[in-house]
Amino acid sequence: MGLLSRKDAKLITDPLADNNPITIQVLGICSALAITAQLKPSIVMAISVLFVMGVGNVVISLLRNLIPSKIRIIVQLIVVATLVIIVDQVLKAFAYSLSKELSVFIGLIITNCIIMGRFEAFALGNGPWKSFLDGIGNAAGYGLILVIVGFFRELLGSGTLFGFQVLGDPVEKTGLYAIGYENNGFMVLPPMALIVVGIIIWVQRSRNKDLIEEN
Amino acid sequence: MGLKENLHKLKMKYEGKKMAPAFNALHTFLYLPNMITKGGTHIKAADDLKRTMNTVILALVPCLIFGMFNAGFQHYAAINGMPEDMSFFSTAFWNMDNFLLGLVTVLPLVIVSYGVGLAIEFLFAVIKGHEVEEGYLVTGMLVPLIVPIDIPLWMLAVAVAFGVVIGKEVFGGTGMNILNPALTIRAFLFFAYPTWMSGDKVWVHEAVERAGTPDAISGETILGSYAQNSDVMYSLQDMFFGFIPGSVGETSKLLIVIGALFLIFTKVGSWRIILSTLIGALVMGLIFNGVVDAGWIQEGSKFYGLMSVPFWQHLIIGSILFGAVYMATDPVSAAQTNKGKWIYGFLIGFISILIRVFNPAYPEGVFLAILLMNVFAPTIDHYVIQGNINKRKKRLKVKTA
Repeated sequence: MGLLSRKDAKLITDPLADNNPITIQVLGICSALAITAQLKPSIVMAISVLFVMGVGNVVISLLRNLIPSKIRIIVQLIVVATLVIIVDQVLKAFAYSLSKELSVFIGLIITNCIIMGRFEAFALGNGPWKSFLDGIGNAAGYGLILVIVGFFRELLGSGTLFGFQVLGDPVEKTGLYAIGYENNGFMVLPPMALIVVGIIIWVQRSRNKDLIEEN
Repeated sequence: MGLKENLHKLKMKYEGKKMAPAFNALHTFLYLPNMITKGGTHIKAADDLKRTMNTVILALVPCLIFGMFNAGFQHYAAINGMPEDMSFFSTAFWNMDNFLLGLVTVLPLVIVSYGVGLAIEFLFAVIKGHEVEEGYLVTGMLVPLIVPIDIPLWMLAVAVAFGVVIGKEVFGGTGMNILNPALTIRAFLFFAYPTWMSGDKVWVHEAVERAGTPDAISGETILGSYAQNSDVMYSLQDMFFGFIPGSVGETSKLLIVIGALFLIFTKVGSWRIILSTLIGALVMGLIFNGVVDAGWIQEGSKFYGLMSVPFWQHLIIGSILFGAVYMATDPVSAAQTNKGKWIYGFLIGFISILIRVFNPAYPEGVFLAILLMNVFAPTIDHYVIQGNINKRKKRLKVKTA
């Protein structure tokens, strides 16, 4: 990456893999379980969080010397809430059915522990450019897992991707369904999201033994 | 002794290599391991894991064989009508036609269950470099007995792979699992492919293919009939002997009771768990009978059918007996303390009947109840042990004071 110095690039690439907010820090699990039954909401959620985190981290970083530390949580909350409301309103205006589908979970981005965590841990102590990269990186790491989980759950659970029947028509019995394949109804249920996340964690840690915690 | 020597040679050849556990497993499965503990003082006991597992399998074999005959019997009975006056030894049941049909439908289930499960066990043993564990032997036998006869084989294979990996290997293999692997497999099948695991079509061979044609046959289970408040056409005798539709191996209560006695006699199964599960089921049944008698639930309510079943009949319909004897007693996932076993078993029976009556979508709640209590078993044990410690502390205080 010629654009970024090596240190800056690490801010983006680290959360994608070895310091992933979901699989390593185990944050933001609730939304990862709730909205990943299909690919589309997963991607919309990922983009929403990307926006909130990128902008939010910059705002907090710019304000960092003005915020009295006693009330910093309140200030952070106000910043997130503002951004989340923007996202919510935009979705309602331009993608109403999706916003219905994501329902309360867009609003609950406020409580996404990754966002508050990055504000506290990074934006309060670093400049705006670095904070921006950090926010983008962490949101991308979160989004990556969301998309992977969403991909498998939609493909195996409903036999579709973005709503297109990629495996054939289950009613007309075409494609894979002609030879007796059936959708796995368990994939659509929330417990399976937890198990898929668990498998990702397992795969990641067995590829990189340094990540395994001592207990 | 050619085979034994060859196996031994193979074992020596591969010693210390990656594939060693796989060869060792074959060797120990067929013969006794030639490694013995040396030095120190030991208690000599002949019951190793392999023998324990084999005892349970022995207790299951009658159920399997009966299941094969019953698969054929139900199929032909659905087509030709139920024979009159069935006794346990009547030739209408024990004949070659029934057995052959059962053999070709049930044997593939057994083969897939063992094939997939043991392949995964071998794989994990090689990757992790430990010996292959015997734990799957019982699971592999239980699985074909607790699924409907016509379950597609690939579904069974997927479920077995899921159950063994997620239900057992991720926790560290045999002896470390929180949940009963066989029930994990069944739960996976139930939630993943509900159309193949419940309803009135799946319990009799070919009923699914024939649905909607003039040759259509029904395979409603007794629980299914009760749940829909319709009449049950099987006599108590049929239920007890097992001439009823149901999962492959759980229909014959007589053989399960014999298996239970065998397990209790060999001290492999815990009589406390079996007994307390049955007591729990009876108590819940009595409560529901009481509710009906008190007139709180009227005929026409959707719960009436199952609530008005005489409490003791709950034991011979559905799979509560099979679950109590072969599933709840799994020594790994059950409670360990004696007092804990009573609580654990009682709650299994209690919750089983509760789910059975209150949730028509889950006509059989036994597997859910056992899985639930599997999760709580360590907690129960913890409090039993803490209670004991506190009691002793108190005693100590009284003495010293």
